[in-house]
Amino acid sequence: MELSPNGSFNLRRLHRKRVGLALAGVLFLATIFGIVVLVTLLVDVVVTSVPWLDGQFIASLPSRNPGEAGIQSALIGSLWLMGLTALISVPLGVASALYLEEYARDGWFLRLIQVNIANLAGVPSVVYGILGLALFVRFAALSNSLLAGALTLSLLILPIIIISTQEALRSIPSGIRESAYALGATRWQVIYSHVLPMAAPGIMTGVILALSRAIGETAPLILVGALTFVPFVPQGALDQFTALPIQIFNWTARPQDEFRGLAAAAIVVLMILLFTMNLTAILLRNYFESRRAGA
Amino acid sequence: MLPTNESADDAPADNLPADKAPPEHVSTSSDSSPRAPSPNGRANAAEDSAPTSPPEAPTDPAMDPKLNIQDLHFWYGDNHALQGIHMDIQPNKVTALIGPSGCGKSTLLRCLNRMNELIEGTTMEGTVLVDGQDIYASNTDPVMVRRRVGMVFQKPNPFPKTIYKNVTWGAEINGYDGDLDALVERSLRQAALWSEVKDRLHTSALDLSGGQQQRLCIARTLAVEPDVVLMDEPASALDPIATSKVEETITELKQDYTIVIVTHNMQQASRISDETAFLYMGRLVEMNPTDQLFTRPEKDRTEAYVTGRFG
Amino acid sequence: MSAPSSPPTTDEATRPARSANDLRKQVYNSPKERAIKYLLGACALVSVLTTLGIAAVLIVESIPFFQSVSFAEFFGETRWTPQFTEKYFGIWALLSGTLLVTVISAVVALPVGLASAIFISEYASTWVRKVLKPGLELLAGVPTVVYGYFALTFVTPLLQTLIPGLGVYNALSGGIVVGIMIIPMVASLSEDALRAVPDSLGGAAYALGATKYEAVVRVKVPAAFGGIMASFILAVSRAIGETMIVTLAAGATPKMTLDPRESIQAMTAFIVQVSKGDTPQGTIEYQSIFAVGLVLFLITLAMNVLANRITRRYQEQY
Repeated sequence: MELSPNGSFNLRRLHRKRVGLALAGVLFLATIFGIVVLVTLLVDVVVTSVPWLDGQFIASLPSRNPGEAGIQSALIGSLWLMGLTALISVPLGVASALYLEEYARDGWFLRLIQVNIANLAGVPSVVYGILGLALFVRFAALSNSLLAGALTLSLLILPIIIISTQEALRSIPSGIRESAYALGATRWQVIYSHVLPMAAPGIMTGVILALSRAIGETAPLILVGALTFVPFVPQGALDQFTALPIQIFNWTARPQDEFRGLAAAAIVVLMILLFTMNLTAILLRNYFESRRAGA
Repeated sequence: MLPTNESADDAPADNLPADKAPPEHVSTSSDSSPRAPSPNGRANAAEDSAPTSPPEAPTDPAMDPKLNIQDLHFWYGDNHALQGIHMDIQPNKVTALIGPSGCGKSTLLRCLNRMNELIEGTTMEGTVLVDGQDIYASNTDPVMVRRRVGMVFQKPNPFPKTIYKNVTWGAEINGYDGDLDALVERSLRQAALWSEVKDRLHTSALDLSGGQQQRLCIARTLAVEPDVVLMDEPASALDPIATSKVEETITELKQDYTIVIVTHNMQQASRISDETAFLYMGRLVEMNPTDQLFTRPEKDRTEAYVTGRFG
Repeated sequence: MSAPSSPPTTDEATRPARSANDLRKQVYNSPKERAIKYLLGACALVSVLTTLGIAAVLIVESIPFFQSVSFAEFFGETRWTPQFTEKYFGIWALLSGTLLVTVISAVVALPVGLASAIFISEYASTWVRKVLKPGLELLAGVPTVVYGYFALTFVTPLLQTLIPGLGVYNALSGGIVVGIMIIPMVASLSEDALRAVPDSLGGAAYALGATKYEAVVRVKVPAAFGGIMASFILAVSRAIGETMIVTLAAGATPKMTLDPRESIQAMTAFIVQVSKGDTPQGTIEYQSIFAVGLVLFLITLAMNVLANRITRRYQEQY
């Protein structure tokens, strides 16, 4: 059979070019939409906070009177939470990742844990709050203490730490492990002397990002009973507490404009804390990436 | 002679960089004799190995082999990569493994110090004896095997630490209690790197050139005092000048070590090896003294390969 | 060095034989090494125990609730009135609030997120990408309570100027801000999916005379379809579980409605409302948060499992 498709091409070059340009424009607008919102949010918050944000605000305890209210107990509560959460989640997360990457043999058990971690990362934070409420507050009788809150937040960020640590471990060239084994090293010697030091920057970046997630969490802390009015600074891990996000939530939920201003001021403090952590993580990553590339 | 750093290394002959200058040769070979008296905590080394040692026997096949491989099979999943290898590797010789890509030569090499078992999904059958001891026996420890049978890899991969630390790390984890400075100097001299790095031992190993890095990896391997050194295409990632330095190093090392080297490069095999084994499709086709294998091969397939008609 | 077959026999003879050190000393598998392995393994088990703990708590704590409220009422009733004297526990009233917010957020986030992903991976020059990506990362790092503040104090008043009669608490404002919150997630996961498409595919399209947008829209985006779908599902699942924005901005009146201007209550907002209040333990209202939590957990879990499965399948493809 002879095929003779007697077609001609209609290239419509101009039309196709226009469509392409229009699409590029739309895509660009969509992309900067997020950035515009971020800038709007920041400007709005900063402008609203200006009358309230001063040294007295940082150093004062909460008060029914907006003019005297401050975030001292909330700020210190948040720092306590961050410290305790780091102490609990970092060793646990790094150890889990080491087991999964360096020890576990491929098989159903490893796959089960991996799938489980991936799914845990998607569990809503309020559900972790319910777990913390039942497990730590009531079952372990820790009541609504800092420790109960930190344990809950630790479980919440554990998957993030595990996943980012695994990525850091995977990025180490296998030749390093091999040559260490070839010198007669045991697994732990290889890990302790080479794998962990080389993965440290990546692990640290992941940990900082995970902690910045923890410090901004509100719902789980409400569930475990963080108080909204704490006119004292916590002295130990078993004390009752409040935290910055709780304070922000509490002030935002009030109808009076003065409290909105306080909320904005507390948001500025929280965001400064978060941006500092994020910036540290990004700088850390860039520094070590450039150093590795230069080597 | 070793613990003092300033003794011999400033001698003019040494300043000819990297060349196998006679003084260096002498110093290298004499390095081996003070090993027992050197403060390394192995004073009774000589007595231990009396039955299996290869003392003054001339190099003939009748001598006890350093490595004895019997009916070795290896699988990557379902892929039968080694199909019944029998091989004897003589002490203080350089044995080259050649063959086309995928013939199993690197796999065979990695079976000799149990590096293959670090890869998941692999199976091994057969026996590998080092000085008559089965390295795969159920009560044999892979760490002990690997420090006795060292390995240098294709790509230079120094640890991201100082030159000094690179050399001492293996010794330290193996509980070496002697003089580390002396150990570093001896190992770097043996690897013909000493004169190039002696003034910057505490700088990062990553700042060395590729060829220097690879000789550092050799020094690192020698520092744990192995008997056998396995080399997996050690010069394939290097330029010609660096390659020739590494080859010179290998040639000198066979006085003290048994060396098994995988190479793609047949000229290299003929330059540096005493024995050559030709592998094809997971089988040992022919193993003979190098001159004989390259000039009068027994098998047609060997001849075809060494004359470049396939592969 | 060209004479490999002449051994230096004198050295051979004088060299002290090396120690035949015992290969059987157990180092690799020493008690210490094994202890470390088991310790690390125990830590890895914590994540499994977390999942089991969540499931156990939700199920066990829901039992008392379902002893007083039948499944038929829970899944068949459309009213949710735990604080009234005449109590109804129909999950649909809360579920529909969650779904309304989620649909609004998806309408915002999916197109914008995908467009951002396409722009960043295919159009943006290196330095533009270097500005945009950290910007989106920062957007992702904003705490949800801050978004809640933004919804209530900025977006709602803005919407009120556009839609006369809009109440302070409404599903629309909450939904839009939840959408903004999940944009970075859609963008970054979809970008990963687009990057996973081999360059050769785009190259082949160009070689056939395709323009850039044709290569991108007709070839690359369809090739990354699986990954993009997975990013959508994960983002929607995140929206369903979002708590603080809907608590602050969408209201506390459970009702079945499709009108985005209405005040509603999402499942998560109900849980927060009960637990922050003075609801005594043991009351049925208090017990109901576990039942609601169980529904929430099952829905998000199902979506996560689905998304992870799709991701794995399309990763195998290339």
